[in-house]
Amino acid sequence: MRWYRWLAVVPAIGMLGGVPFANRVRPYVLGLPFLLFWVTAWVVLTSAIMWLIYALDRARERNAAGDRR
Amino acid sequence: MNPALLLIGACFLVAIALGIRARRGHAMTLEQWTVGGRGFGTIFVFVLMAGEIYTTFTFLGGSGWAYGKGAPAFYILCYGTLAYGMSYFLLPVVWRYANAHALVSQADFFVQKYGSEMLGIVVSLVAVAAMVPYLVLQLKGLGIIVSEASAGAISAAQAVWAGSVVLVIYVVASGVRGSAWTAVLKDIMILAVAVVLGTYLPAHLHGGFGAMFAQIDRLHPGFLTLPRTGMSPAWFISTVVLTALGFYMWPHTFGSCYTARDENVFRRNAVVMPLYQLVLLFVFFTGFAALLDVPGLTGTSVDLSLLRVTEHAFGPWMLGVVGAAGLLTALVPGSMLLMSACTILSKNVYAKVVRRDVPEAQVTWLARALVPVVALVAVLLTLRGGSTLVWLLLAAYNVVTQLFPALILSLPNRPLATRQGAMAGIVAGEATVVALTLTRATMGSLFPSWPHVITDLNVGIIAMLVNVVVLFVVSGLTGRPHRYLQTAP
Repeated sequence: MRWYRWLAVVPAIGMLGGVPFANRVRPYVLGLPFLLFWVTAWVVLTSAIMWLIYALDRARERNAAGDRR
Repeated sequence: MNPALLLIGACFLVAIALGIRARRGHAMTLEQWTVGGRGFGTIFVFVLMAGEIYTTFTFLGGSGWAYGKGAPAFYILCYGTLAYGMSYFLLPVVWRYANAHALVSQADFFVQKYGSEMLGIVVSLVAVAAMVPYLVLQLKGLGIIVSEASAGAISAAQAVWAGSVVLVIYVVASGVRGSAWTAVLKDIMILAVAVVLGTYLPAHLHGGFGAMFAQIDRLHPGFLTLPRTGMSPAWFISTVVLTALGFYMWPHTFGSCYTARDENVFRRNAVVMPLYQLVLLFVFFTGFAALLDVPGLTGTSVDLSLLRVTEHAFGPWMLGVVGAAGLLTALVPGSMLLMSACTILSKNVYAKVVRRDVPEAQVTWLARALVPVVALVAVLLTLRGGSTLVWLLLAAYNVVTQLFPALILSLPNRPLATRQGAMAGIVAGEATVVALTLTRATMGSLFPSWPHVITDLNVGIIAMLVNVVVLFVVSGLTGRPHRYLQTAP
């Protein structure tokens, strides 16, 4: 059971589900209006989450290969 | 002749020279173009991948929308990111099946999965129908660049004709294949230009990003957020979802995944590619800086904003450099779209309709003969005009996204749709797209009394719903799917 793969839906929910609430100018973060900061932050988080899933998949595949031996 | 036109002309000659050289050895197919030459080193491949998302659309259209619409332009940053996340799970499955059955084109996948040659022809026609507005978009971009660089001496319409002649010459000169090196040159130039413009303009003209955005918020209240109606959060979310689903349905993107060495390529890409999207921020910054420096552009001329602000801040030489980069972002994808649309029409439609016994040489000849014909169709559509670059892309996406339900339902070993269902769904979805586009319908015009959350939704949702409902109803009527299908072990 690869439950952690469900993490992949987090970016979609966070990025898009958050839009109605993040739809504001203030506070500025890193000079960006808040809405732009919000979607930009989720772009970075998407990469981080996909990396986590990839790392867990790899670890699992290594374990599976180890068991067979 | 002014320096800007001179630089752009020189760049065009370099592109043609590279194209002619490419005939010998280092040639590139559409599939390889999107994958970014696998024969190159790691860093080179990263540069290629980073540049891949930069076509005329992102370059002129993205900055144009930031200039003309403000916050709704942010959708461009979102859909690719979500599509890359989806690719982690989608592409390895597609790749494994395509590899096992030695598939070559996108249409092959549908033919093999559903066991229907007819479906392959329909998918091919849909792909070409979606590629034409995408091609129109590149031609419009070419027209804008040439017309701006000539300081208005060449009208936009003349420039579109000139641009399409340039495109046909380029395609003919570089043979059926384009040049990998032109693609590399384009990617490096476009990345450099985006980062330079996007950091220099806000920093030196407005005292930094924060100061620039504060000034925009003061002069144009509400510009940096989504409006409450119209392009509201409901529009934003529905548009991002629909476009993300269509992202891998383009025949060249879909086909490119066949060429990967192993599945892990897709997984690593899904991790890294979202970060490359961040360069889009610089394109937005340029559009926002233009809003303060060269205000007053409206309607379709918002697509000029990037070039106008470049000339305003740097003068004609830099306009020439940016124009040359822009020329390549139109030329490289434009030529690939033109070539592959003609190849699909010849190989996947004509040859299949007349059934077998078509010699290879005849298919190649027909593909070449179709190049000026398809280009002419695109020119005539371009001159009818009236749409910004972003609207054109959204229209193209509405067409191509209709392939998604039939594809996703075909992925399990026992497909969840029948061939009749898949075909009927696609046809019904496309018919709805055409009807909605011709009547210029919106959710608001279809359901005037419904709340804004509904009326602001991207109207493509309707076509998608029609598609899915018809697909399931027809699949239900034509029996238990797996009995009627060739299923792969």
